[in-house]
Amino acid sequence: MTRKNNTVVELEQVVVRFAGDSGDGMQLIGSLFSDSTAFSGNDFATFPDYPAEIRAPQGTVSGVSGFQIHFGRKTVHTSGDLADVLVAMNPASLKANMRWLKKGAIIIVDADAFNKRGLEKAGYNSDPTTDGSLDGYRILRTPITEHTKEAVKHLDLDSKTTLKTKNMFSLGMILFMFSRDTQLIHEYFEEKFKLNELVVNANKAVLEAGYNYADTFEIIGNTFRIDPAPLQKGRYRNITGNTATAWGFIAASERSGRPLFLGSYPITPATEILQELATHKSLGVKAFQAEDEIAGVVSAIGASFTGSLAITTTSGPGLSLKSEAIGLAVMTELPIVIVDVQRGGPSTGLPTKSEQSDLMQALYGRNGEAPVIVIAAKSSTDCFYSAFEASKLSLEHMTPVILLTDGSLANGSEVFKIPSANDLPLIHPPLAEANDPEYKPYKRDDNKLNRKWAIPGTEGLRHRIGGLEKQDITGNVSHDPLNHQRMTQLREEKVQRVADYIPELEVIGEEKADLLVVSWGGTYGVMLTVIEKMQAQGKSVALAHFRHLMPLPKNTEDVLGRYKNIIVCEINNGQFVKYLKMNYPQFRYHQYNKIQGLPFMETELEAIFNELLNQ
Amino acid sequence: MENQHISAETLQLTKEDFASDQMVKWCPGCGNHAILHAVENVFPQLGVRKEDFVVVSGIGCSSRFPYYMNTYGIHGIHGRAAALATGVKLTNPNLSVWMITGDGDSMAIGGNHFIHAVRRNIDINLLLFNNRIYGLTKGQYSPTTPQGKVTKTSPQGTYERPFNPGELVIGAQGNFFARVIDTNPRMMTAVFLEAARHKGASIVEILQNCVIFFNRAHELITGRETRDDNQLIVEHGKPMIFGKQKNKGLILRNSHLEIVTIGENNITEADILVHDQYESDPGIHMMIARMAPPEFPIALGIIRSVASQTYDQALMASIAQEKATSSIKTLDDLLNSGNTWEIE
Repeated sequence: MTRKNNTVVELEQVVVRFAGDSGDGMQLIGSLFSDSTAFSGNDFATFPDYPAEIRAPQGTVSGVSGFQIHFGRKTVHTSGDLADVLVAMNPASLKANMRWLKKGAIIIVDADAFNKRGLEKAGYNSDPTTDGSLDGYRILRTPITEHTKEAVKHLDLDSKTTLKTKNMFSLGMILFMFSRDTQLIHEYFEEKFKLNELVVNANKAVLEAGYNYADTFEIIGNTFRIDPAPLQKGRYRNITGNTATAWGFIAASERSGRPLFLGSYPITPATEILQELATHKSLGVKAFQAEDEIAGVVSAIGASFTGSLAITTTSGPGLSLKSEAIGLAVMTELPIVIVDVQRGGPSTGLPTKSEQSDLMQALYGRNGEAPVIVIAAKSSTDCFYSAFEASKLSLEHMTPVILLTDGSLANGSEVFKIPSANDLPLIHPPLAEANDPEYKPYKRDDNKLNRKWAIPGTEGLRHRIGGLEKQDITGNVSHDPLNHQRMTQLREEKVQRVADYIPELEVIGEEKADLLVVSWGGTYGVMLTVIEKMQAQGKSVALAHFRHLMPLPKNTEDVLGRYKNIIVCEINNGQFVKYLKMNYPQFRYHQYNKIQGLPFMETELEAIFNELLNQ
Repeated sequence: MENQHISAETLQLTKEDFASDQMVKWCPGCGNHAILHAVENVFPQLGVRKEDFVVVSGIGCSSRFPYYMNTYGIHGIHGRAAALATGVKLTNPNLSVWMITGDGDSMAIGGNHFIHAVRRNIDINLLLFNNRIYGLTKGQYSPTTPQGKVTKTSPQGTYERPFNPGELVIGAQGNFFARVIDTNPRMMTAVFLEAARHKGASIVEILQNCVIFFNRAHELITGRETRDDNQLIVEHGKPMIFGKQKNKGLILRNSHLEIVTIGENNITEADILVHDQYESDPGIHMMIARMAPPEFPIALGIIRSVASQTYDQALMASIAQEKATSSIKTLDDLLNSGNTWEIE
């Protein structure tokens, strides 16, 4: 292939968004482009934007499926705010995605889909790509459908299969635009469709046609190059938050020697954890799809009693259903990890949108005094380490742990530096030894206050536990008033002492910056991006991001006390800020809350922080 | 992993090995005492190490049972014992898992878990104490309370049609269903033994008497005067004959069960239906399970006992198969599987 004299523009970072009808294969080309990006050595993060319906009416705005990738030559912390490049396979996908575009962005549209019918379905009165309403954007009207048909006409292909390959034409164009190779994608076709040579050839032909079209017609004017990011030496992979969560538990199972049991019921956006774990029987994983959310958590409690690393995975509505059973795990002092992949609520709410609004439910949503450990993952890759840590704390302290992730982390993907199993710490559950004459079900360790784990089948340790209040030490049923007070306080103290086993809160920035930004859980990426950018501009801002919510890190009060101005940013109506006010009422807090089913944008945060700095 | 076969003689366990040191707090005269004794009698006969029993329960009078057995035990939350038992059994299929539940616990709040445990055929032994009333909350009607019964929450009598647990079990594709009465310890012992030996979900409905809130709920079946005409003890391979004179029997006519009298209308014993508990077709078992006074005697004994693969066997076989064939054998294999790349 002869390369024309293109100008190559070097870029720091780019955000590309693929959008089309939900049957158009946008997720596939997004993921193939991610593979190609990995191969180029860039750091990247991705986010799929699925429609709420599985197959909404074709060509309508509600049926648009999107995939965004943010890649760069420096470390990438988010899947990006606004896109530099949009591929829109039909008018509806243009309409649905205009709000996600930077001014001046490149928009590639399939001109063949911008006909009267397509425009009407999307609710356009006139063609926005020709009526001047998109002035200021670079619109590349490309007859993608026609060129696709042309590219495969030498093959004996039916028209349905032909149209299914048109996503590859767009991918070919984007690969050319970013100075990429098509070889990797060819290899994918050969592997994926190895039983169907015709399909391999068709996809290759269309991909090349797109690539050559972009090259030959010089429609782009210039191509872009993003140099490799300075990633640490090592082996890498791309991973979504849900897969990372699943793998974190597998890791904890291997490092603790306890078999992994998951009891779960499908619920958006947590289902992929169940699906992923169901595929790992070769590692001894037992993934039990229960009849409902309650059976999910209760089967896990049975498994925990019997010696498993037991977990249950859900989203907010499921956490509500599980609350009584979590109380049983609190009372029986058994280890169990409950994963809540948060979504917009209340009730069914916004199932496909992300939110941080289950914090109070995780902290307090149970009858009685029922303290549990609560931790929140900060990024898609951190889901791996959070699941591991949640398991470690649960097993070693004999207490339930709620791990909060969210829809954005769960579906988003990041570049993951593959750890070696030996780099992960060993986990030491307090197993009771067979025939230990000193064994008493509720006798506690002096430091952790945890009780011993006596597993059915072990000689000399037969005992009964349950949801009725336990007598201290013996674990027999007790209705004694003073015993109840003591046991309530012991359960609380046991969770509080976990503060001795978790890292202190870190501050990114100066010890006495003018503004301390406080965040927790899944917003870390965007927070860090904004803070680093503002610090580079010489602004006096610092970031304190919380992963541990119950108990809070031991130095929390010290850190908050060092700053005159504190702003707490959350994707909810202000739950963490309330919690901080309750724990540390001596400080003043500003708050910034967004409850739109949307992530924070860098620009909005920057504006808020600057405003506070200028006051 | 199959139960290692140990003979009961080798273990030399006795009833005393299973008696707990806790005071049994059921009301005097409660049917639960007799059931507890029967279970204590059965456990030493099973060839299972005493450490390998787990007794789980939900909430209700019957659900205090685990505290009264010296085994591993867990007393759960209302209605969820089947899910608890599932987690125990799937973690360690070698354990002998016993679930104790009542008509409120399993037919009302836990109905969903109950039918799914039956449908999945998880190898647990489920003892359903059916006293046809809520006892622990002091006398409200339950899903098995007879229609018309006046209770604290049905002052004009219930309008609800009661569940027949046997019908529910067989309808949920259950493969072991038996019914016993708390006043017949020998039958309880024999049936519990069979239930324990059956691989899969074994459900035993125990007609149990609550002396306080629904005394004589099963009077027709247990009363000295009425019982012979109102109970039919089914035994595999034997004709289904009952009655004070042992002259009544069941026949099938036009796909309905019918009661006939031997010696009348040329009916002889040879005409009476013979019970086949191993018949895989559930049709006749369903009919027998549904029989109730006053039209029919209630069937007692093992109504259905059909061998089939259990969930836990299938799961363990699938794990063994995957372990043998998958290239992913460790965490490191998993982390490095699929699409990865190296940064030099």
